[in-house]
Parts: sequence; C-alpha cells; structure tokens
Amino acid sequence: MNNIIRIRKGLDIKLAGKPEKNIIGEVSFESVSIRPADFPGLIPKLIKKEDDEVKSGEVVFIDKYRPEIVFTSPVSGKILSVIRGEKRKILEIIIQKNNLNDFVQFSLIADEQSSEKIKEVFVNSGIWPLFVQRPYGIIPDPKDTPRDIFISFFDSAPLAADYDFILKDKIDEINLALSKIKKLTNGNVFLCFHKNTVLANDIIEVENIKKYYFDGPHPSGLSGVHINKIKPINKGEIIWTLKATDLAIIGNLIKTGRYYPERIIAFAGSEVKNPGYYKTIAGANLSEIIKTNVKTQNARIISGNVLTGTNITERPFLGFFDNLVCAIPEGNKYEFLGWVKPGINKFSASATFLSKLFPKKEYEIDTNLHGGKRAYVVTGQYEKVCPIDIYPQILIKAILAEDIDKMEQLGIYEVIEEDLALCEYVCTSKIEVQSILRRGLDLVRKEFA
Amino acid sequence: MNFLRKTLDKVKPNFEKGGKFYFLHSTFDAMETFLFVPNKVTRTGAHIRDFMDMKRNMIIVFIALLPALFFGIWNTGNHHFLAIGEEPTFWGNVLYGLKKIIPLYIVVYAVGGAIEVAFAQIRKHEVNEGLFVTGMLIPLIVPADIPLWMLAIATAFAILIGKEIFGGTGMNILNPALTARAFLFFAYPAWMSGDKVWISGMMSGENIVDGFSGATLLSQAAAGTTNFVNGLGQSVTLSDMFWGFIPGSVGETSVAAILIGAFILILTGVGSWKIMLSTLIGGITMGLLLNIFAVNSYMALPWYEHLLLGGFAFGLVFMATDPVTAAQTEKGKYIYGFLIGFLAILIRVLNPAYPEGMMLAILLMNVFAPLIDYMVIQSNIKKRIKRLQKINS
Repeated sequence: MNNIIRIRKGLDIKLAGKPEKNIIGEVSFESVSIRPADFPGLIPKLIKKEDDEVKSGEVVFIDKYRPEIVFTSPVSGKILSVIRGEKRKILEIIIQKNNLNDFVQFSLIADEQSSEKIKEVFVNSGIWPLFVQRPYGIIPDPKDTPRDIFISFFDSAPLAADYDFILKDKIDEINLALSKIKKLTNGNVFLCFHKNTVLANDIIEVENIKKYYFDGPHPSGLSGVHINKIKPINKGEIIWTLKATDLAIIGNLIKTGRYYPERIIAFAGSEVKNPGYYKTIAGANLSEIIKTNVKTQNARIISGNVLTGTNITERPFLGFFDNLVCAIPEGNKYEFLGWVKPGINKFSASATFLSKLFPKKEYEIDTNLHGGKRAYVVTGQYEKVCPIDIYPQILIKAILAEDIDKMEQLGIYEVIEEDLALCEYVCTSKIEVQSILRRGLDLVRKEFA
Repeated sequence: MNFLRKTLDKVKPNFEKGGKFYFLHSTFDAMETFLFVPNKVTRTGAHIRDFMDMKRNMIIVFIALLPALFFGIWNTGNHHFLAIGEEPTFWGNVLYGLKKIIPLYIVVYAVGGAIEVAFAQIRKHEVNEGLFVTGMLIPLIVPADIPLWMLAIATAFAILIGKEIFGGTGMNILNPALTARAFLFFAYPAWMSGDKVWISGMMSGENIVDGFSGATLLSQAAAGTTNFVNGLGQSVTLSDMFWGFIPGSVGETSVAAILIGAFILILTGVGSWKIMLSTLIGGITMGLLLNIFAVNSYMALPWYEHLLLGGFAFGLVFMATDPVTAAQTEKGKYIYGFLIGFLAILIRVLNPAYPEGMMLAILLMNVFAPLIDYMVIQSNIKKRIKRLQKINS
C-alpha cells in the first residue's frame, strides 16, 4: 500500500454506545422531511405548497439564487406541512408518504456521455446537493469544473458508522458512480481510505482516480484534512467533496434512473438500548426507532455525529447527509463543585482529570457545557486537535474582528465547520467555534460574490 | 446538596433581570457557579464539550502553587526567629508565617475581588477566574513585611491598569501579578530592595541580633561576593539554595517546592513545558556565556547557581507560563521562553540597578510576545502565498 498518510494531531472522544455491526431492521416511517439548514448558505424557494402531491424525484423546492439547483422528494406522497421559524424562515418541509410509489424516471447516462450531460442528470434528479464545494462548504455551481474531487471512504468521528460494513453490498454502485464522477474534473479524483480498509481493493483505480490511505485519530476522516495533506486548496480554486456513502446513492441513480437516497444508518450513543444499524432513506422520520430503542426521555437525539450533527429531538427526521444518529443524555442538571472533583468519569482532552489514567475506558458524556463562556486564556489547545496547517485560534480571532484580509491569509478557505469542531469541543473558554467560522465564511463569500 | 440547590433556586430570581438585587447579579453568579457547575446545555455547534473549563484550569495552577506557599509560610517564620536570635521551631515558624501572610491574602483578594466583580457587573460578564490565580501569586512575590496599604494600591493598580483597561482576563498584555510587583518596586523601592526587607521583622528592627545581615544572595553577588553567607555569617550551600533556606520573597526561595508545582503544571498540561524548558535553556546559555567572558566574581558564578537564586525558578514556572501574556503560537513559545531566561540572567549580572532580572525580563517579553507571534504566523501566511504564486506562475 503506497500513499499512507499518518495524522498525529486530533482526538478520539471515547463515547459509550458504539454501534454493533449488525442490521437491526428497516425503519418504518410515514413521513420524510427536507431541511434547508442542512445546506449552508441556501435560501429555499418552494415549488410545491402544502397538500400538493409529489412523486419521488419531483422538485419540492429550489435554490432562490441559483434556480437550477433543485431539491427533490425522496418518496411519493403529499406535502404535509412547511415548518417555519423566525422571520418565516423555512425550517423543514415534511412530506407524507403514500403507497403509490410514483416516481420520476431520469435518463440513463451512457458510457460516452459528456460531463455536461452527467451534470444535467445529477442536477435534475436532486442528488447534486450531495456534492460539497470547498471553499465555504456550499452546494457547488454546476457550471464550475473543480480542480479535484475528494471522496472520503471512512468516518473518524465519535460513534461513526463503519463504512466498510455499510458499503459492502454497494461496490458496484460505487464503481459506477466513480466512472462518471471522474469526468467532472480535469484534475484527479482522490479516494481517501482508512489504512485498515477492506473496501479499497474492490474499488476501481483508473485514469485520474487516485487512492490514498489515512491513519490516526479524528478528524483524519474529514475531507478538509485529506485536501490539506494531499494537495491544499488555494485562493480561487474550487474543490468538490463527497462521502463514499453518497456514491452509493449516485450509483443507484445511474443504474436505475431513480432518485432513491437509501441510507444505512448507525444508531448509537449511551442512551441507545441496542446500538446497531438500520436501513432507511435520507429525511425519514425516525420516531419509531427512537420510541423502541432509546432508554430515557431526557435524551438528545442528534442526526449526524455529536460534534457537528443537528439536534432532532423535537422533529426526529434524518438529515440529508447523515448516516449516523446519536442519542446522548441531556446535561440540564447542576453538579455540586463539579470543577474540583478528581473526575474519574470525566473524559477530557486535557490531563487535568483522573480519567486520563484509563485510556481504554468509554464514557457517557452529556450535553452540558461544563463551564461558562470566557475570553481566550488557554493557548495551543486548538492546534493539538487540528491537523490542518493553520492557526485556528488566530483565525477565529480574525473572524471576530471581521478582518477579511487576515481570514484569507490565515487560510479560511481550507476549512469548514466540521474541520474545527474538535477545537470547539476542547475549548476551555467555551467559544462557539463552528458558528463563528460560519460567520467568517459567509462574510468572505459575500465579499467576493 | 439538594438543600443548598433549592435555596439558591429560591433566591435566584432576585438577582436576575428585574429582581431587586440585579446590581449584584455577577456576584451571585460567581457564587453559584463556584458551588455548582451550571445546568447550561449546548445550543449550537458541538453537542458535547470537554469537562475542562476555566475554573478547572485555574484550580490546577492554584494547587501547583500550594507547595511554594506552604514553604514560604515556614521560611518567613524561620528567618524571623534566626534574625531575633531565638531557636526556630516548626510550629513557631508556621504560626509566625501565617500571621504575616494571611493578611496579605485578605488584602489582595478583597481589593482585587471588589474590582473584578465591579467590572464584571458593568460589562455584564461572568466573574473571571483569573483573579483567583493572580491573587494567589501576588503575596508570593513580595516581602512578607510589605505594608498592607502598599499591597492594596499595587493590587488595585495591577488589576485596573494591568488588566481591566485592556478588557479583563484574557485581554491583558502584561502579567498582572508582575505588574503589581513592578509597581511596588518602582513606587516604593525602600520596601522592595535592600538588605532589610527580605527578613520579617528587620524593617522595624526590634530585637534583631547584632550584626545579623538580611542581604539576599543576589545582593551579596551584586556586591561582589559569591561565597554566599546567611545572616549569621555561616556559608550557604547549594542544597540550602535548592531547598530554599535563604531569604527572599515569600514563595520564591524553595526551588524544590517550585519544582513540585512545575511537575503538576507539566503533567496536567496547564503550564507550557515548552516555555519552561526554553526559559531554562535561555538562562543556562546566558550563565555559560557570562562564565566564558567572566571579568568579575559575579560573572564567574557557576551557571547552575543562577537557576537556584532569586526569582528565576518561580518566574520560570509560574510567571513566564501565563498563557495570556506569553506567546500564543507553539513555535513562538520557544523563542519567548528562551529570551526570558537569557535576559533575566543578563539583567541580573550586568545591570547594577536591579538585583533581580526575572521580573523585568518577563515583563519585557510580555510586551514582545505579540511580535514573536506575528513573525511565526507570518511564516505560515507566507507559505500559503508561495503555494499560490507557484500555481499562478
């Protein structure tokens, strides 16, 4: 195996409730939802309204400023409701499933077809938003040609689903998808595997498709890290990223001409009775498995991982990109003199708790902030968990000062929220790193729009 | 603890917006969060957060300072009784030390605390824990006999001018504890230097044994004798210096006690080993350089003795490592520390006006730390620019 890159900086948060490698069953659901907030920077414009009938693959809403980008229904049914928040912002579009199984048939992509034709099918079917563009972490513009495409074949986040396990029956779809995606760039398609992968041998490696292998703690599975280590992004360049699990959905579209965002999700965390895997689709209502497989009422349900996921306790719909759902205890309780206790049960990146003596132990960690917000005091903490060659704390300060030049110089193009999620986790001063970074990204994007 | 929690919950509304004690809300908040880690949960971003918080960070520094404090209490009494010609006893020493040092703490925490709480209230912040450590440090770096009103003014100066005008904990440029010491040093030099201030009781001069000298080893060295003697004229051994049986500021004399603190800080990662190591190397380098070019006995003082004298060890472990005023980049920390050690010994030996160079070296490097960071960050920025130029060419 060539091209092994070892990541040293980072942190594996040892959460209890890892998913067992077996498929418990299929989630039965009545409704699905599409959540515009899954796509940073998107302002949705509804095409369908409440009570309208939709087929699977039919457009539900579009991007207001880039109307060619469409979002399609994963099921046939009717629009049950549009949930709005402050300033009538659309939070969620809920679709009630029917059993008619009506679907839109998209054209099949022949072998010799051009990248334009491939993009057209990808865009019209609604799988286009699976692509993420760097910089900014937004849905890419179909007119662009990216420098390279990076695809991550493993997830290093806490409790993450094992891609080797969930993709073992999807090799054909993945290879099919890769055979088309490789035409979308003049550069390379970098496939980034974990060092101990079992999948890699079955995946094609032709022409501009290159395989790399990574080893080390989280965030070694994130595309931001892969890009930085293989071929860093520069100002003015565009890179697209995908996850291997998305390739299965794309491959299925190419094979059948149908949009069917099937997901095998891991259901994990210390509040899950029986952590394991379920079959379902993107956006599905997960009430059933939450009711049967979560221990307590006072749990937070998260679509995605505990560092970057969305709180779905109130409306339990699976996110567009996610193949992990976590249930962890809410931390809405007081702890007497918590900050002086020796802390045998308190996992920490720092060495200030006795838990450091038990490196193998797994922990139940709740959602408590574990302290109050302060100005920056401690330094060097972020750097320890950020393998990307930037100065995260200095970057965050530049964003707080809204200094766009400095943000650029400090490499804001190289990161999106997930890349700095661990910085937020470890922060002694409890700074909201991810939302500050998003503010910075939006600011820079607006400046150069 | 349920009773306590219930009581707090009952009185809490009075301190919240609209309550009659709203003007005391940050005081209440400080008390409440001291007793209980709050029930706040994550709203945005990461759903779980590390158990590490500012209180934890500060309590570790606090614990690390305890050995130096305990030794300082004993040492204050010990030297006092030697000076008045009585046989020192362990409990006698401790009692005398406590009598001297507890008032210092009361003054520092009362003055500092009042300012800190007032600013938290005005800024609508939570009360910062920074004072907890600053207040612990100040009494350790002054003579035990310092008049309390001077200490009060110095503390107020350090917290106000050293910290709050820059925006409070985390925003300050100079180390607040050292700012207090520098203030005392320049405003009241009679109480901060000379041969009498370092031994408790000598300033008042009552019952002092005839011929007893309170000169510190550094002032002896500055005067040209490096065959150090104690107050009674007996010679001082290296082991006396290491264990701290010498006069000096309350907490600075025992290298052994300071090393325990260093061990705690390094083991927990709260203090930067990079700064400590590079300060040590900087000090040794300067010591060796002076040895090579020695033209007088002070310059010829063996390099390792420098490490045991004065405030070098204390400054290295507890002052240079203050994360707010130190260099913030990891590479910068090496440069910052090295220069502190280097300059401290340089000032100490070659500047006759200041017998101790550590305080000034650290304050000077506090001022230069942002410049060091700037250079380190600039090299990262340049790397990025070069990458871009390569592609465009």
